[in-house]
Amino acid sequence: MKVHPAAWAALVVLFAAVVGLQLIQANEPPLATPQGVSTNLLYVHSPQVLGRATLSFHALLADIYWIRAVQHYGGTKLSNEPNKQYDLLYPLLDLTTSLDPYFDVAYKFGSVFLAEPYPGGAGRPDLAIALLQKGLRTRPDKWELAQGIGFVYYWWLADYQNAAMWFNRAADVPNAPDWLRPLAAVTLAEGGNRASSRVLWNEIARNADADWLRTQATFRLKQLDALDGIDFIQRIVDEYRRRTGVPPASWDDMMRAGFLRGVPPDPTGTPFRLDSATGRVTLDPSSSLNPLPSAEHPL
Amino acid sequence: MKVIGHVAVNVFKESVRDKVLYNLVVFAVLLMSASYLIGELTAGQDVKIIKDLGLASISVFGLLIAVFIGIGLVWKEVEKRSIYTLLSKPMRRQDLLVGKYLGLVLTLIINVAVMTAAYYAVLAYFQAVSPANLRESWPAPATDPALLKAIALIVLELMLVTAIALLFSTFSSPFLSAILTTAVWVIGHFNQDLRDYGATIPSPLAASIARGVYYVIPNFSAFDVKLQVVHAQAVPFGYIGVTTAYGLTYIALVLLTAVIVFSKRDFK
Repeated sequence: MKVHPAAWAALVVLFAAVVGLQLIQANEPPLATPQGVSTNLLYVHSPQVLGRATLSFHALLADIYWIRAVQHYGGTKLSNEPNKQYDLLYPLLDLTTSLDPYFDVAYKFGSVFLAEPYPGGAGRPDLAIALLQKGLRTRPDKWELAQGIGFVYYWWLADYQNAAMWFNRAADVPNAPDWLRPLAAVTLAEGGNRASSRVLWNEIARNADADWLRTQATFRLKQLDALDGIDFIQRIVDEYRRRTGVPPASWDDMMRAGFLRGVPPDPTGTPFRLDSATGRVTLDPSSSLNPLPSAEHPL
Repeated sequence: MKVIGHVAVNVFKESVRDKVLYNLVVFAVLLMSASYLIGELTAGQDVKIIKDLGLASISVFGLLIAVFIGIGLVWKEVEKRSIYTLLSKPMRRQDLLVGKYLGLVLTLIINVAVMTAAYYAVLAYFQAVSPANLRESWPAPATDPALLKAIALIVLELMLVTAIALLFSTFSSPFLSAILTTAVWVIGHFNQDLRDYGATIPSPLAASIARGVYYVIPNFSAFDVKLQVVHAQAVPFGYIGVTTAYGLTYIALVLLTAVIVFSKRDFK
């Protein structure tokens, strides 16, 4: 049967109308969510129920939950919400790793972003440790998981006793790298120091199997460089103060007096900030390396 | 044997005429579009996810073909009354049934083979474009031949599903056959739970019944090694051998039952 030309024309018009209306719809302001109603929804929380319901498609569903976890973290971190909620990060990673216990990168992701202080992360190092311990129960042969627990204790909790214990446990796993045992000894003897931190982050950067983890390690290494840089410049400022009796009012004063050749930059290229009242050198507030490890999280 | 071959070839030709192979286009589009899109979403896990997605798609597409073509194999002949013409020829009923089964299995194998080729092509692309340091972090190369172990067991699982669908189609309507076949497939995936049921209930009788059902119901979860191959975990050839023997024996059992049911059916 021959199709009437008008039918073709109608088809084109209707198609254009559908696309056009969708464009209009997309430009409409989003409808407000009623107060107290969260859009962060997870319908199934139980890994057991989900594991049974997925029949033989555990791995594919684990991938879907992994993508949701990454999107949830990224979306929350980048959002302009004043009250960022990372409440689904742990349940999503828990479901991911229950459906696919070999999903190593999900444990690593959790160890970094669950532990990272709020608002950059969920600020829950306890959940990061719980996730890594769950992984270790399934994969006792993965030294990286034990090292990850040690790392959370070291970097986020400044608990060097436990950190050293976990580095030692990681070193006990067959085929663990040689640097773990000395790291445990240094951690126990000296607590946190930049050299140990540098070893940890360098190893993470070297062995990272995901770009985000390498980026995170590179960022932390730059923070350590910034701390070294601040110490170095501070010594020069202190020397200026010792000689002149007053702190420098600006970097120009330091350059005029021959202490510096130029304005010292941090590892991102942003100039360090000099407090003219106290003579303290810090990162400039605009530097992307903020916030540096603090007294609460020394290294 | 010759008769069985003719029937099988005709079933395959019919499935081609019914545009069953169109699913290959859907598979290819799905895999290629996913490959392009997921790189942005998966935080570096694209190869793992493509492997998972490919294996799951092969399984789902095959399952849909096995169930929805399988249930109509005999019913269609009865509905169109061509069964009278067929059975009036020098052909035994079991030849017709086995021929129909082998024809659909041939369709499935060709489908899976083409999907596997497309799957490996996409993985080879990832292998080629990924930087060396990223490739080193993978538990196995993107084009790991061990993936074929999972695909072989998927084929075996589909062969068993086809046999079950064919059995139901010998005495029931397509709608009911689809429900029954799907139900058996779902229950077959819960089989491990039946085995462990005894540990959670106090009644020894109920535990014994559950254990008995565990041995009788087809254990479909045994054919699932997708997770292991994607993570380069060992799937010993001994395991594949035992599972293959189990699958083939179960298929023979179901086909024989189908032949008995079909031979007793009155087409007057």
